[in-house]
Amino acid sequence: MRYEAPRTLADATGMLASCPGAARVLAGGTDLLVALRSGLVEPELVVDIKRIPGMEDIVAEDGGWRVGAAVPGAVLSRHDGVRRQWPGVVEAVELIGSTQIQGRATMVGNLCNASPAADSVPAMMAAGALARVAGPDGRERDVPVGDVATGPGITSLATGEVVTSVFLPEAPARSADAYLRLIPRTEMDIAVVGAAVSLTLDEGGRCAAAKVVLGAVGPRALVVEDGAAAIVGTSLDDEAVAALEAAASAAAQPIDDKRGTVSYRRKVAGVLARRAARIAATRAGERS
Amino acid sequence: MSLQHVTTTVNGDAAEFLCDATETLLDALRDRLGLTGSKEGCASGDCGACSVMLEGRLVCACLVLAAEADGREVETIEGMAGTGELHPLQTKFLELGALQCGVCTPGFLVAAKALLEEHPDPDETEVRYWLAGNLCRCTGYDKIIRAVLETAADLRGQ
Amino acid sequence: MELEFTTRTTFDKVGTRPPRPDGTDKVTGRALYGADLAGAGMLVGKVLRSPHAHARILAIDTSRASALPGVKAVVTRDDFPGIGPDGKVKGEVEENVWDVARNVMARDKALYEGHAVAAVAATSTAVARQALKLIDVTWQVLPHVTDVDEAMKPGAPLVHEDMITAGMDPAPEEPSNIAEYTRIEMGDIEAGFAAADVIVEQTFRTEAAHQGYIEPHACVASTSEDGVAELWCCTQGHFSVRDMCANILGMDLANLRVTSSEIGGGFGGKTTVFLEPVALLLSRKSGRPVKMTMSRDEVFRASGPTSSTSITARIGATRDGRITACDASFRYQGGAFPGSPVSYGAVCGMAPYDCPNVVLDCYDVVVNRPKAAAYRAPGAPMASFAIESLLDEIAGKLDIDPVELRLRNAVKEGSSSVYGPTFGAIGFVECLEAARDHPSLEAAPGANRARGIAAGFWPNYGGQTSVTVNVNNDGTVLVSLGTPDIGGSRASMCLMAAEELQIPYERVKAIIADTSALGHNDTTGGSRVTHSAGLATIEASRRVIDTMKQRAAALWDIDVEAVVWDQGCVRPSGANAGDHEPLTFEAIAAMAPSTGGPIAGHAEINAEGAGASFAVHVCDLEVDPETGRVTVLNYLAVQDAGKAIHPDYVEGQYQGGVAQGIGWALNEEYIYGSDGVLQNPGFLDYRIPVASDLPMIDTVIVEVPNPGHPYGVRGVGETPIVPPLAAVANAVSRAIDRRMTETPMSPPRILAAIDGSP
Repeated sequence: MRYEAPRTLADATGMLASCPGAARVLAGGTDLLVALRSGLVEPELVVDIKRIPGMEDIVAEDGGWRVGAAVPGAVLSRHDGVRRQWPGVVEAVELIGSTQIQGRATMVGNLCNASPAADSVPAMMAAGALARVAGPDGRERDVPVGDVATGPGITSLATGEVVTSVFLPEAPARSADAYLRLIPRTEMDIAVVGAAVSLTLDEGGRCAAAKVVLGAVGPRALVVEDGAAAIVGTSLDDEAVAALEAAASAAAQPIDDKRGTVSYRRKVAGVLARRAARIAATRAGERS
Repeated sequence: MSLQHVTTTVNGDAAEFLCDATETLLDALRDRLGLTGSKEGCASGDCGACSVMLEGRLVCACLVLAAEADGREVETIEGMAGTGELHPLQTKFLELGALQCGVCTPGFLVAAKALLEEHPDPDETEVRYWLAGNLCRCTGYDKIIRAVLETAADLRGQ
Repeated sequence: MELEFTTRTTFDKVGTRPPRPDGTDKVTGRALYGADLAGAGMLVGKVLRSPHAHARILAIDTSRASALPGVKAVVTRDDFPGIGPDGKVKGEVEENVWDVARNVMARDKALYEGHAVAAVAATSTAVARQALKLIDVTWQVLPHVTDVDEAMKPGAPLVHEDMITAGMDPAPEEPSNIAEYTRIEMGDIEAGFAAADVIVEQTFRTEAAHQGYIEPHACVASTSEDGVAELWCCTQGHFSVRDMCANILGMDLANLRVTSSEIGGGFGGKTTVFLEPVALLLSRKSGRPVKMTMSRDEVFRASGPTSSTSITARIGATRDGRITACDASFRYQGGAFPGSPVSYGAVCGMAPYDCPNVVLDCYDVVVNRPKAAAYRAPGAPMASFAIESLLDEIAGKLDIDPVELRLRNAVKEGSSSVYGPTFGAIGFVECLEAARDHPSLEAAPGANRARGIAAGFWPNYGGQTSVTVNVNNDGTVLVSLGTPDIGGSRASMCLMAAEELQIPYERVKAIIADTSALGHNDTTGGSRVTHSAGLATIEASRRVIDTMKQRAAALWDIDVEAVVWDQGCVRPSGANAGDHEPLTFEAIAAMAPSTGGPIAGHAEINAEGAGASFAVHVCDLEVDPETGRVTVLNYLAVQDAGKAIHPDYVEGQYQGGVAQGIGWALNEEYIYGSDGVLQNPGFLDYRIPVASDLPMIDTVIVEVPNPGHPYGVRGVGETPIVPPLAAVANAVSRAIDRRMTETPMSPPRILAAIDGSP
């Protein structure tokens, strides 16, 4: 295995594209090093992108925020600007691992690792985030974060492509998000179920728009259109959130594994979606 | 396969070593530099026994490639005590019996020091969550949490 | 040696909380653990492990691995000495060394996923890993069984094709996976149930838990050309490591010196050998020192977790809450070899209660899992989970307070125990009363909250112990121990020596000596060290005092009977003995060279009189009724320590045992796939409690002195893990109004119980 720490994006994409064998991008490394150590992956080349200027920056853009691919959780969670607009995204990132993991793990890494249980992905999707992808030809493209992972451990990225940042758009007025996950312990576990809700209230306090996204209950994060429809136009009364809960449970496509059962995940997906919606609504109300 | 040359700073001193690209910072600290105070409990970032500071940020040394340390600053448990004098956290751990087997202790101390530098006045819940990535199987955490809270109070002059 | 003493009750130093002698090295990173030793020319040893749960090994071809540059030795089953006609290897170790030998390296079959089949020593980790990939094993995969109840069924895959159940009369004709059957009986069980007004019966299951010590197994072996070897390793008992390795490899005990490193947790799991004989063989073959360390997944797959169990129990009681009868069937799997702690468990479950009519049927079962090792109070937590849960059911049916129910049946001095002996002075009633009267019990539980109470017991153990106390010429004292210190025992030994010698604690230091420096010491385990090594330390200190009295008497030219030891000085016993200035400990130490030479005391004992320790735990928790998640709110552990030598480390034992027990109760489990492969060999999915999972753990140290120790000490390490499974289960069951009968009580299992689905 070769380790490279290029100083420019062009060098990075060039190295990745020209490597004849398997190549991996190293940002925080909290997934990659575990895979290396266990022998799960044996790449020929590892490209550390942390020394490329801009990768560790959080920059204001069009009223929203662009978060560099190498920004660790510990830095993002201290950024008041991002937290003010997207508290659910920040709380999702903060849930990834311990303080030590937060010192390294990045939101973009979480996205590109393509785990169905990634905590930040449902929250980013509910926020309408865009991933910026740089290719070896020097071109850049923006893709919805939901299109990056296509299945467990599989992404839509082509050889030589690197996600360089995620753009969180400006949050509309009277809107907020929330993310909840179920783990058996209080920390250090992989989500058994995750649920993100982002919503916007109208001036009367009714839900004008909503996105509901579930994690860990399908091969990749799952958008629950019916769940959003159940609360849009309502004041999130008991009946509306019950409909959201039922829609989320119905939409879940979980499997039985060492972390949970189908029936458990299905039920809890609904419970967490309902609870996250209530939290998001309360937050949005506080910001009105 | 050829080894990589890494120039770094460990506990304030310049340090150099040669390493394989697959080696972790923990491997290099222990096997190349003889600093065995950082322990390998899991090699997957789940136990915190290898907690070190990298560029002032708390990390697991097992989740950092040794080559990444090039040009960076690393602080380990071996650098925690001053010349001839223990850090107040070290003293408090001894005073309260906040260790049994002691193998997790270096990681807890490095992590707790990082906590108090960032949050001088944490409450019990904050201490518990900050240290959730440091596993201890002996103590049930009770005396460790008390030692951190008491040290914080001492350092604040209360 | 016959020890005579009366139990002391007042102390100067014992009961204080000074810093431990090994503490500074542990907070600065200096302390050397198993993996921390490095030597010139050292090789890295790695083990190839079976990917199959059960498979015949048809052939092993190591030629490609041996040819890899950097590989210095390869070992397989062919490198181990053969087994004698009696089925045992040469030696006198009580544990079945043949089983240990086959566990260390598979012979005809791999008996579990992770079973060692070959090992290499190479110049680097990378080369060693590569070499493992070049070893070709020809497998014949066999059907497997990992569940204890499945393993007992007729027609189950046989782990050992020729194993006939021991202890059955007449002996069965067909082989099975039941290694041994034991029945423990007293009274008239039929009459007992006939006298009962209420009878409860239930089947309970517990999944296997791992000790979860943070330090993986590690050792360094170095063998010379003359056959003499040195071994450095993290172990709870370096003398038994020496004995087992020497037996497995056919060595003389005098040719193997074992040094115990600092040990990063053991809890029973480091009482046997895994890597050590392999490292010695690799070193012998390569002529180089060899270091071996287990990765965390190897620790889970190939060291010794505890048994998983299935227990059916029935208890009868009268209307006023007197237990009249208990019969129970205990089925424990001990992994791939016989030796589950089923009989220990069976007696510990009922030991706290004065029940005249008892039948306990015990089945020791083998399955395709790693060989179980001891885990803190081996076998007892599972049995107490069953018994204490049923007692809660009885308390509920009779509307009697659970503490009161236990008080009405508690054993006390003079009660006969279910395992034979009559109890001496014990503190169970005192523990129950202390729990009942504790201020923390006044808080009223809220919605979805409940309190659970359970008791626990461990008989404790004494055993062979050898200690030397050396006096330096400056009056400082060095205690040499042969019992690895896993929780602060050096501090306790220093306290006891200082107390006996009446010198300052700071003037005493203790070390763990290697196997060449002391007589045999049994392993640190069974909560024996503070009792037995303490006894030997006190005895050795008294030999020092005897010598000092002799030196003073000779100096004064009077009879030794005419001198006394008083407040750290030798004095004439009275006016008739002459007018001599008292000689201090330091003064006699300084005169040693001119009065007869070095002063030392030693003691070699086989300690008896380890007093039983009882505990009562109280757990308050909250259940999220929509997700089944449990939050432990408060926890109280009350336990009899006899006399707490260093209270910090007694409390630490209580708190640590509670944390382990809560983990076992709520989330820890071995999860096997249908292929018999362990699904969660890491700290990510084998979920031990983290700091944010637990509240502060209140402790009460009850002190009912043990008459079997001069200071009244009882071992305290085992008992704290016994009550938590039941204390948590009783609380959860009350909170959700459903009886929980299986561990772990994970969120999916609790939610299924709430919803009434299977």
